[in-house]
Amino acid sequence: MSLLEISNLSKRFGGVVAVDGCSLSVADRSISGLIGPNGSGKTTVFNLVTGFIPRDTGELRFKSRSIAGLGPDRIYGLGIGRTFQLARIFPRLTALENMLVPVRRAGLRAMLSHGQWRHERERAMEMLAFMEIAQVAGTVGGALSYGQRKLLELAAVMMAAPELVLLDEPAGGVNPALLERIAEHIRKLNRQGVTFLLVEHNMSFVMNLCDEVVVLHHGRTIASGKPKEVRENPAVLDAYLGA
Amino acid sequence: MKLKALGLLAVAVVAVLLPVIAPDPATTNIAVFTVMYVGLATAWNIMGGYTGYISLGHAAFFGFGAYAFGLMLIHLNITPGYGPFLLVPVAGLLTAVLSVGIGWIALRTRAATFVIVTIAFMFMLQLLAENLVKLTGGGGGLGLPYPHDWGGDFFNTPYYYAMLVLAILGLLTSWWIRRSKFGLGLLAIRDDEDKALAVGVPTRAFKLTAFVISAALVGMIGSVYGYYVTYIYPQFVIDPLIGISMVLMAFLGGLGTLSGPVIGALLLEPAQLEFAYRLGASRLYLVFYSAVFLIVILLLPRGIVPSVAELLRRRRTAQVAS
Amino acid sequence: MGGNEMTLVLEAAVLGILTGGVYALMASGLTLIFGVMRIINVGQGALVILGAYLSFAFFRSWHLDPLLTLVITMPLMFALGVVLQIVFIRPLKTDREALSVLVTYALALGIEGVLGYVFTTNYVQLRAWYETASFAVFGFHITYVYVFGFLLCLLILGALFLLLYRTSFGGAVRATMLNRTAAQLIGVDVDRVSAIAFGIGVAAAAAGGVVFGITNAFNPGSHYDLISRLLTIIVLGGLGSLRGAIIAALVMLVTEDITAVVISPVWATFVFFVVLVAVLIVRPQGLFGVRVRERI
Repeated sequence: MSLLEISNLSKRFGGVVAVDGCSLSVADRSISGLIGPNGSGKTTVFNLVTGFIPRDTGELRFKSRSIAGLGPDRIYGLGIGRTFQLARIFPRLTALENMLVPVRRAGLRAMLSHGQWRHERERAMEMLAFMEIAQVAGTVGGALSYGQRKLLELAAVMMAAPELVLLDEPAGGVNPALLERIAEHIRKLNRQGVTFLLVEHNMSFVMNLCDEVVVLHHGRTIASGKPKEVRENPAVLDAYLGA
Repeated sequence: MKLKALGLLAVAVVAVLLPVIAPDPATTNIAVFTVMYVGLATAWNIMGGYTGYISLGHAAFFGFGAYAFGLMLIHLNITPGYGPFLLVPVAGLLTAVLSVGIGWIALRTRAATFVIVTIAFMFMLQLLAENLVKLTGGGGGLGLPYPHDWGGDFFNTPYYYAMLVLAILGLLTSWWIRRSKFGLGLLAIRDDEDKALAVGVPTRAFKLTAFVISAALVGMIGSVYGYYVTYIYPQFVIDPLIGISMVLMAFLGGLGTLSGPVIGALLLEPAQLEFAYRLGASRLYLVFYSAVFLIVILLLPRGIVPSVAELLRRRRTAQVAS
Repeated sequence: MGGNEMTLVLEAAVLGILTGGVYALMASGLTLIFGVMRIINVGQGALVILGAYLSFAFFRSWHLDPLLTLVITMPLMFALGVVLQIVFIRPLKTDREALSVLVTYALALGIEGVLGYVFTTNYVQLRAWYETASFAVFGFHITYVYVFGFLLCLLILGALFLLLYRTSFGGAVRATMLNRTAAQLIGVDVDRVSAIAFGIGVAAAAAGGVVFGITNAFNPGSHYDLISRLLTIIVLGGLGSLRGAIIAALVMLVTEDITAVVISPVWATFVFFVVLVAVLIVRPQGLFGVRVRERI
């Protein structure tokens, strides 16, 4: 069963066609990779799926239900979380507060109650511990190192227990030790049932982690399948070397 | 912690007993306006400080509250005295309704345009107040009935307590919001609105709610003001200077903090009154105003409370280190 | 509609275009400043009035034709603008957009206070000998003064466009407007560009001030009225868009002047804001603005 289904997605910005009839599907409980040369439209696809920009044409289905036209907050509420290319957290809030911002249900009582806090705080501390950054819970986001921010960003996104998480270059700007930690966290979460779709340039990271890989070029899918197959696909090699 | 609680208690006692300690009308008049601005700055802070959306048109709600109250007082034939204070919440409710309309339109834009739109709405309201003469008395003003039996020295006192109640209401609301998930969402919007959206924060609903709460409080304070000064003129009640004062006070004290607006108001309002009194006729008080403003913003861009807190924090870590 | 009313409407429309020119000039400075520095100069109205008063002072002491005083006031105001930017705007690092609004508002108040002290709050107006002279076109009259003012505005706007699109400095300005960081990376001295752009904006205000001062009675407090309109115009046109500011100014002023004739002068100003609100509901980014997501 595919959790996320993208069909014939297109988006142009003025004269530039960023996404050109892209189609792909993400299998439930998989770790899928979205790769392609620079400018192939990967982040744009993310922005389209998460509702940050409106699509021109195409279908976006999450759990068989269309999510096109919904705002980013609704989409998060439905169970799709995302991280950003440059890790984004709230700099003036502490790490713990960052964890408490994500909104599961925007119900009135949920917003106004203070009582629910304790329960959420416990979950937040657990998640911080899971990411091994519990010690910075009281530090403001702006004072964290980049690696800590990346982990915090992912931890916070997980607070509402999303079923699908889009990771935009999780390996970007990260040292090898941290990289392995991140990969481990992703695997652990995946074993707990979370589906991942990641955009990445770090090939070894993708090949080691992902079950399925989709290759984008000029805004269109040119190959998909197991990492090994894709790696040996001549069209893919062409795209990366030629372009 | 104990020091903080004691300090708060002392302030509270002084605040409550002020008309008893210093009953002369000159002092109580200053007190009325100072506490009024404590309330206004606190209320404004709920929107501007927490969400980072600076409204420079809040004077519109202040004036609207005054007019709403005044018109109800006149047309419902209520005898002036303590009774009319019950109309204050009604004026607040009416202001809230107005602010939903204004907010819904103004919040369609991003922060920079939002400022301008709030200014535009304020001027619109001022124009309406000046030109709907049959309703508002136009430029000639609206005269309110006032309690004649509240003797000279006593007159200011009920208004002082009314302002105090509203200021406390504003502070309680602000405190409560800050501790709630709603408040955290507002602060998140201020830090990074798109990221807030990405983690599910319903930014439009949150911003609008903060705006309406802020407006309602300001409207109520405006209505007590109208009742106090007994004559409402459009240019004095929908006055950009009132709008900018509450912003400056919140900034001086520290945006987004609880005590910041209070401290800002306590410092600036008595000074403002004093200077307006001395220099008012010659327009030089505007220059004083401008100077204070610029000094505050350029030297203390984060405001007093955060700067002091930072200083204390550094001293504490230095002590720990040594 | 009778022929007479039609003439009145046409006259109003023409007047709207002519006065729209002045507002276009003043608004162009404002939108330029926003485009380059992403700040809203709420003091632009006060600077216009300052320019008007400066011309008034020269005109009063030396009996110069107001339009000639521009030769002195424009460079002076340009210098003032540069100084203001360096002293008051450049130091703002955090919360730039919000703080700049307050800073420029404070400057506006300061200017209002000083002007009030020096010139009192009585209304004044710049006088030119050709003030009431008019010429007839198709049966209605246009006063020369408005036309001269309009031509002056066209001239300065034209110079502004030339500067922006034909000089290397203009290229630097436009680069900064599009992407500040990228501009820095290609070697643009963003600080210098900002200071000069601000100076230009203020000089434009001075020019606008003269024309405004000839065609309107003003006092130090007139800046509120002005800035509310100017802000409305640039929002309508789209923040940062020069083209937008000009078109919006013309549209707004024509609408206002026609409303003054058809409905009443009292509601004409109100219509101004109604148009703004209507546009905001339909198109929040204004006519030529871009729907910008800060970063994605």
